[in-house]
Amino acid sequence: MLSTHLPALQVVLPLASAPVCLLLRHPRHAWACALTISWLVLAIAVMLVQQVAATGTISYAIGAWATPWGIEYRIDMAGALMILVVATIGAVVLPFAGRSIQQEIRKKHSGLFYTCFLLCLAGLLGIVVTGDAFNLFVFLEISSLSSYVLISLGCTRRALTAAFQYLVMGTIGATFILIGVGLLYMLTGTLNMVDISQRLTEVADTRTIRVAFAFVTVGVSIKLALFPLHLWLPNAYTFAPSVVSAFFAATATKVGIYVLLRLFFTVFGIGFSFVAMHVGEIMMLLAAAAMMVASLVAIFQNNVKRMLAYSSVAQIGYIILGISLASRDGVAAGMIHLFNHALIKCALFLSLGCIFLRLGSVELQDMRGLAKRMPWTMAAFVAGGLSLIGLPLTSGFISKWYLVGAALTDGYWPLAVLILLSSLLALIYIWRVVETAYFQVPGAGMPLVKEAPASMLIPAWLLIGANFYIGVDASLVSGIAHQAAGILIEQGVR
Amino acid sequence: MENLINDVLLGLLMITGFAIVRMKSLLGVTMLTSIYSLLSASLFVVLDAVDVALTEAAIGAGIATVLMVATVALTTDEEKVPRHTPLLPLLVVMATGAALIYGTLDMPHHGDPLAPAHRYVADSYLHDSPVEIGVPNVVTSVLASYRGYDTLGEVTVIFTAAAGVLALLGYRTRGRNIEAAGIRKQVVLRVIAKLFFPLILLFALYVQFHGDYGPGGGFQAGVIFATGFILYALAFGLGTAQRLIPSQLLRILAAAGVLIYAAVGLESMLLGGKFLEYRVLADDPIAGQHLGILLIELGVGITVASVMLIIYYGFVSRRH
Repeated sequence: MLSTHLPALQVVLPLASAPVCLLLRHPRHAWACALTISWLVLAIAVMLVQQVAATGTISYAIGAWATPWGIEYRIDMAGALMILVVATIGAVVLPFAGRSIQQEIRKKHSGLFYTCFLLCLAGLLGIVVTGDAFNLFVFLEISSLSSYVLISLGCTRRALTAAFQYLVMGTIGATFILIGVGLLYMLTGTLNMVDISQRLTEVADTRTIRVAFAFVTVGVSIKLALFPLHLWLPNAYTFAPSVVSAFFAATATKVGIYVLLRLFFTVFGIGFSFVAMHVGEIMMLLAAAAMMVASLVAIFQNNVKRMLAYSSVAQIGYIILGISLASRDGVAAGMIHLFNHALIKCALFLSLGCIFLRLGSVELQDMRGLAKRMPWTMAAFVAGGLSLIGLPLTSGFISKWYLVGAALTDGYWPLAVLILLSSLLALIYIWRVVETAYFQVPGAGMPLVKEAPASMLIPAWLLIGANFYIGVDASLVSGIAHQAAGILIEQGVR
Repeated sequence: MENLINDVLLGLLMITGFAIVRMKSLLGVTMLTSIYSLLSASLFVVLDAVDVALTEAAIGAGIATVLMVATVALTTDEEKVPRHTPLLPLLVVMATGAALIYGTLDMPHHGDPLAPAHRYVADSYLHDSPVEIGVPNVVTSVLASYRGYDTLGEVTVIFTAAAGVLALLGYRTRGRNIEAAGIRKQVVLRVIAKLFFPLILLFALYVQFHGDYGPGGGFQAGVIFATGFILYALAFGLGTAQRLIPSQLLRILAAAGVLIYAAVGLESMLLGGKFLEYRVLADDPIAGQHLGILLIELGVGITVASVMLIIYYGFVSRRH
């Protein structure tokens, strides 16, 4: 009986626990509450993935109202992959958060931190599982609003300006999405995504629908930090608390990409998005620019968190590149990289969190000779870095392999060259950290720091382990991604 | 005639918009935005969207103005001169505006009875909701039942706002009677405020429980309820208001509202229905719908009212 309600529980559980968390006075209790919920959320996600794999797309009518009159929760393989990413990352970073938040956030704020974290988790999951365009906007608002708060809780005052910058950009993005959804409703009279797509064929060739498409695309592109709309991201990731950077780098932008997939393929269809509106060419150009420019900028950063933030912009470029091909292989490659990059970037930001716990800084010059003091942390960073570059036996290699393959199949050999070039740039910025931490002597005034506690190392190493596992045997991830891409393409071709 | 009223209102909206851009005094801008909201509310009334109008009037013209005035009082009345030339923003805004106008070219005409938005889902709501839900106000049926899950999301957004304000501003639990000193001498104001206070609360309760039959519901009622307490706090000081409703209580109430809403959903699940399927809450499906709507609107009202007060306390208790 319970198993039929899993789609609703996936979102309602974290959403309803957030107010409970606010009422718990003691920081440890709030943490324990959030931790338990995040593990339950992961368990539900795993069960849902199994259900989708066994029975195909799941539909859940909230309030038992049939579509399009009520709101539908709809999970297909693509959605299942996304909830798995979000739930896994949530469950992995919360054990880490215990120590990290204790140090980085004032005690009286920790309850609020976990409240907002759960709200953000619920918001992101809600965006993924919903089949309703307006409901998507509502949950986007929940996740955005809580992310502004989470970022603003960073320990320097610059976190406030970073959060404000993100708030302004994010609000513009959300407004654009709302305008687009409004226009769609005006011409179709429905908000259910599948229903919109069916009724869209008659009215697709109108200026109103073209404008609606433009507005939602730009709005979502701001949320997912597509170059050149990424300007909010570097500051937000740099000044947010370590856990928050790790969580967002792995989930927030990825969910944005998922929304883009839903729009291009499920709602508007390939014929409209890629043939009539030429979004493929535009996205390909922006993705290529992101891969090169953001990687170049990353090389010149001295704050390692900021370096990784720029690297994220570049990696989002890879994912978008795959999607822009609009082929089954391309979309699958994009989704594989989406999954792999979520694990890698989360692990990298977690290891920076360990460094920040001990050093109180993530500036490159403070990390000289750190590998001797914190061998496990630095080893995790190096392992993640190797995967970011894309060395064989890492998950990064797998995603780049599929990406290059998809680009070559469609005859885009310059893209394959760009992917390799951008990987070389990644090698340079990762090497800068490795060189500083392993081969430089610590300065005279450097504090004698200890290795990070196990509660923080284990989450990071779990992700690194998963990364190597995928590097050796990618059949599971690749299978799910190809199946998901197949469904999306099938929905897109009409 | 209706078109003339529309044109006049839209013209006034445009004039107000330009005035907001041109004006340098932030207090003036705040007042103008309040007027802007009131004009929009009137426009919604002409468009027969009375529920939206009530919300816009209560939130846009009412409480948002109070909060913005509180912000101006905390910071400054002077607009800062921007350091950079606003050329790029201007271009972006113009491009957006041009795109919006381009999009209107193929829109169905205003009031067209054959427009898809009137024909498809909305049409069935109008026909079926008396049988399926039995609440005279169809807007309430849509917001609270057909799309009740969106409303749960909206309440959560409001709750998130409270968490944000608490995290960023916090508040002193024992606020001094800061602003009371000046207003204490204004006997007329204090007497009027005292007279109005119970009336506002009574009106809020009316809007809360009459939402099934006429315009209203938890959102509007919550805001009106909070306005009553804000008026009380303005006239008699924050400290007095906090003795009436302590900050800690507000925190509990804000959480309780969301929990009531979610609990109704979970309860309908336990009774064998889907999440938020109110008809299983009672033996008779219509009675179940009524009960469900009543409870979730109560949750909405409680959260909205307490969140508005949390934000107000947060802003005002920081005043030096």
